[in-house]
Amino acid sequence: MKISIWFAILLLAGCQTIKPYDYTNFRAHPPRSILVLPPLNESTAIEGTYGYLTTVSRPVAERGYYVFPVAVVDQFMKENGLPSAAEMQQAPLAKIAEVTGADAVLFLDLEQYGAQYKVLSSVVKVEVNAKLVDTRTGILLWEGHGMAQQGSGGSGSLLGDLISAAITQALNKHSDRAHQVSRLANANLFYPEQTGLPYGPYSDKYEKSH
Amino acid sequence: MIRCALLASAALALAGCAAQQSRYEWGSYEEVVYASYLAHDDVPAEKQVELLEKDYQTARSENKRMPPGWHAHLGYLYYQIGKGDQARQELMTEKTEFPESAVFVDRLLANVKHP
Repeated sequence: MKISIWFAILLLAGCQTIKPYDYTNFRAHPPRSILVLPPLNESTAIEGTYGYLTTVSRPVAERGYYVFPVAVVDQFMKENGLPSAAEMQQAPLAKIAEVTGADAVLFLDLEQYGAQYKVLSSVVKVEVNAKLVDTRTGILLWEGHGMAQQGSGGSGSLLGDLISAAITQALNKHSDRAHQVSRLANANLFYPEQTGLPYGPYSDKYEKSH
Repeated sequence: MIRCALLASAALALAGCAAQQSRYEWGSYEEVVYASYLAHDDVPAEKQVELLEKDYQTARSENKRMPPGWHAHLGYLYYQIGKGDQARQELMTEKTEFPESAVFVDRLLANVKHP
């Protein structure tokens, strides 16, 4: 136990000495609206694409941006000849800007999503890389990496009490714990003060950072 | 090592909670969207509309705003179940609430008018 506490302290100390992200490009082209495309799913879990995608709107919107409705965008792109995330991510930025008016596109790369079984335990892990790109210039505005994992025997009630029974049942049937772990990975990706996504125009803290 | 990872996750969870003082009424929006992909037969569009409208009532009683994209998503669901008037109304609300959505919403409105 003593050893694990030292590990935790080291981990926290490690966080504090992380090199701050260089936000020069971001400040030159601060976006108001962000279009989140479905992630490239490199994990072995096919449910990862939407299990992860449906956790991204909230942290990005709470950070202060307009976030386009992810499912409507997904459907719109499919109806316009882009059936997969890979093809959507290849779409020309100018075309995306013309069709949606988005200032920036968030490209996501889902490296891991789901359970890893070990001899005596299983760990649910989500790991993602994100790149925010300006649609007018193609410049990289921000990039980040988020990871979170949860050991076996986690809380039985992963969904909040506010979620209706119908939804809880539908989701529990597929028992996708990685969906909830994604929210922790996102906190790690978007919220750190020195490496995360800066506050956007709808945030009370927007002016302070500009 | 596992315990270490758990502590790190717990720290992250706390960091996440501290940052989450929500400016919007999220209700079950993201979970409804996920369920629609995972188990569409269990949660048809009519059911999704019902759940989202319930969240909207909660938001109104608490004087809170719906998140970006929410009205457009609801409009899209109304369109799916053949309710063009409600679809148009929700899309217009999205545009009023969030002018950043105008280009995309106008494109969707054009589809609703000419199915």
